[in-house]
Amino acid sequence: MAGITYGTIYAIVAIGFNIIYNATGIINFAQGEFVMLGGMTAVTLSGFLPLPLAVLGAVAVTLVVGAVIEVVFIRWLHKPSVLRMIIITIGISILIRESALHIWGEGVRALPYFTGTSETSFNLGGVYVSPQVLWAVGVGAVVVAALTAFFNYTLPGRQMRACSANRDAARLCGVNAKNMVTLSFMLSAAIGAIGGCVVCPITYVQYDSGTPLAIKGFTVAILGGLGNSTAAVGAGMLLGILESFSIWVLPAAYKEAVSIFLLLVILFVRPSGLFGSAEAARLKEF
Amino acid sequence: MTLLSVREVSKRFGGLQAVGGVSFDVARGSIKALIGPNGAGKTTLFNLISGFLPPDSGGIVFEGTPVQGMQPFEIAALGMSRTFQHIRLFPKMTVLENVMVGRHLHGRAGFLAGMLNLPFTWSEERRIREKSLEILELLGIADSARVEATSLAYGQQRVVELGRALACEPKLLLLDEPAAGLNMRETLEMGKLIGKVRNMGITVLLVEHDMSLVMTVSDEVVVLCYGEKIAEDLPLAIQKNPEVIRVYLGEVQ
Amino acid sequence: MRARYLPVAAFAGIIIAIQLTTHFTESAYHLTQLTMTAYYSLLVVGLCMLTGYAGQISIGHAGFFAIGGYLSAFLTTHNLVPHQGTAFVSLLKKAGLLAARPDLYGGEILNVHPWAACLAAILATVIIAYLIGGPVLKLKGHYLAMATLGFGVIIYRIALGTTLLGAADGISDVPGFPLASGVEITGKASMRVPNYYAAWGLVIAGMVLLLNLIHSRVGRALASIHGAEDAAEAMGIPAARYKLHTFVLSAVFASLAGVFLTHYNGGIGPSEASVMKSVRYVAIVAIGGMANLWGALSMSLVLNYFSLRGYFGSYDDAVFGAILILIMLFAPDGLLRRHLFDDMKRMFSGDADQEAP
Repeated sequence: MAGITYGTIYAIVAIGFNIIYNATGIINFAQGEFVMLGGMTAVTLSGFLPLPLAVLGAVAVTLVVGAVIEVVFIRWLHKPSVLRMIIITIGISILIRESALHIWGEGVRALPYFTGTSETSFNLGGVYVSPQVLWAVGVGAVVVAALTAFFNYTLPGRQMRACSANRDAARLCGVNAKNMVTLSFMLSAAIGAIGGCVVCPITYVQYDSGTPLAIKGFTVAILGGLGNSTAAVGAGMLLGILESFSIWVLPAAYKEAVSIFLLLVILFVRPSGLFGSAEAARLKEF
Repeated sequence: MTLLSVREVSKRFGGLQAVGGVSFDVARGSIKALIGPNGAGKTTLFNLISGFLPPDSGGIVFEGTPVQGMQPFEIAALGMSRTFQHIRLFPKMTVLENVMVGRHLHGRAGFLAGMLNLPFTWSEERRIREKSLEILELLGIADSARVEATSLAYGQQRVVELGRALACEPKLLLLDEPAAGLNMRETLEMGKLIGKVRNMGITVLLVEHDMSLVMTVSDEVVVLCYGEKIAEDLPLAIQKNPEVIRVYLGEVQ
Repeated sequence: MRARYLPVAAFAGIIIAIQLTTHFTESAYHLTQLTMTAYYSLLVVGLCMLTGYAGQISIGHAGFFAIGGYLSAFLTTHNLVPHQGTAFVSLLKKAGLLAARPDLYGGEILNVHPWAACLAAILATVIIAYLIGGPVLKLKGHYLAMATLGFGVIIYRIALGTTLLGAADGISDVPGFPLASGVEITGKASMRVPNYYAAWGLVIAGMVLLLNLIHSRVGRALASIHGAEDAAEAMGIPAARYKLHTFVLSAVFASLAGVFLTHYNGGIGPSEASVMKSVRYVAIVAIGGMANLWGALSMSLVLNYFSLRGYFGSYDDAVFGAILILIMLFAPDGLLRRHLFDDMKRMFSGDADQEAP
């Protein structure tokens, strides 16, 4: 069960990676921090706002942070190399994490359960499931559906897809590429925050929850094929379940190493992921 | 005496047959030119011969050794060196240093010897430097030795790249469009340099679009079109070959 | 050749001057952090070689530091007395690789001799670096970065999760590393000055080796690989092999640093393998000028010393993160390089329609 919850959050982080990667070719290492920010901000806001508003507020704040990051650090760079970008985003994730440390301290926070308490559970076909897990999966499904709709049926969504396919051609068609990049950051931030809020009651959140999530989200994104968000969902679930089963075979202390091990195996054997195409992977500029 | 033998070499990229069953030989001491309209597969063939791409099928025999599928550095060690269509000089290194890299195969100082600055490396480095300067003088660019290579004029950079390839003391020199981007005067100079190369006993295989250079310098010409060889003959005969004319100029009305 | 070694002599002079200053101002306690800084600098210059000359990024070099440190710590503290009966241990004893020392209660414990442990640690590092270096160096761009990051995290997790390695507490009570004539690498105040010179002597020796390499045939080959790998290959340079050798070399530097710093500190903890440490090293190399050994060394001296003295306070990690960002944004080839001023002018005179990525 925990596997599914964690799997959802990994998938959400991976989707965030994919959105920015598709629009810009950048791997945004700060993706994990968006999740952490979402959770932390929601916890703070829930102190004086009803839960739904707290979540909304957290998403809004994180969304703004995402936009600010893009505008301040990324927008004005002229054809940066991929490597330079990943180092910058690592630096950004450090700054966000350290700010979180100074704002919220080292403590672990948790949002209250959306419905019921930590003890409530449904009986779903013989397995006892916490309603929060259903929330997590449900929200995840809604996010994926909404994104699919966004990219396929709305104008900004299609403009973003155009940008990622061929930036210059899109610009010739009147698409404002720079704003698309900002939009992609905002979208990724918002999704990360939503994910962070919805799993926070179960997984808790701490100032340094972001980095491991970024690494695992990246693993999942690569596993499904970088840029392929539908596959990311499946890959996320796969990792979540693998991790929860790993405690049967490995000492619990090594659970965190499972995802890294998987990452290295994928990178060495098939960097295009399970569903990606090797040709397409080679074509993306490195 | 055949130095290089290309036998039924083919390479496909997805749906495109870049090179299809091409065969030809290059005789030792000769200068052979590969021509053909754009997209004919000439640079692909070069990459196949020099080891940057493995052929799908066919064989490439260099001095009796089959080299298809070998790594570029292994093929270079056998005595083949090349220049590139888009100049690939080493940025942030001087002209002399660029050419000295070409002498790499003629030294043996490795990591350990380098780190410990062993005495044998001192004379080895001196010899490398002297030989490289010799080559620069031969090509007439010795004055630019200490200049950063990529700051030179385009035509000069091409000469540096030639110098670097010559520093390998190759048996076979592959020149990929040596006259690309050069004006008429520079092209003439390049032709003279290629002549000098032949006089050094080096066999040359070149890809080129500039017909004047091809006709003056080559002993034999191979014509490719859409990855297939359509003619192989002396330069004058090629000029009169109806197939070649059709391919380059279209049908005669 | 004189030009190459002049800065070495100058640097040695600076090191001596610093020590003498602390001697006359009665502030010898500074030497402790300076000695630790020296060992971190050893890692940094090795990393600079890899990043600047071989052109390979590594955000996991703290992993090699930890391999060296933990292995030597483990071997020199793990009591072999219970295993004395086994054939393997008696073989080690006969080979003179073991050392006995008294424990807290007056009994005797048997460990591996620090020299043997150091050798074992270096050997292990070389093997591991060759094993993972092969596949890792075939990757490019962000895949390479993430793979090295992943390597560092795995080492961290192993260090953190293994009880035999002390888990979260790490390994302590590591004995001193005996050098010649009674001098030991240890944190004892009585040995402060010799240790300072031993540490910086090691760094200077390392610098000499690397400077020699840069100016050698291999160094030229590495620069050419970094500049245009395909052209280098066409000149007969086995690019992949050279990159791998350089990777292993930088790993050995990191590992040695780990070994000696562990003996100096008397212990090691999992935090030495953390991502933040690796990021820190990359930041220092970056600000020093990616391909500038002296730049990396001087930046390491300054930044590591300040960090160890606590000048950055609780913002320690943030400082290095900020450095990384600033350097990558404004001077991706590092600060201390030739055309910096021209590049900055060009950047700020700005084309109005500069495009975002």
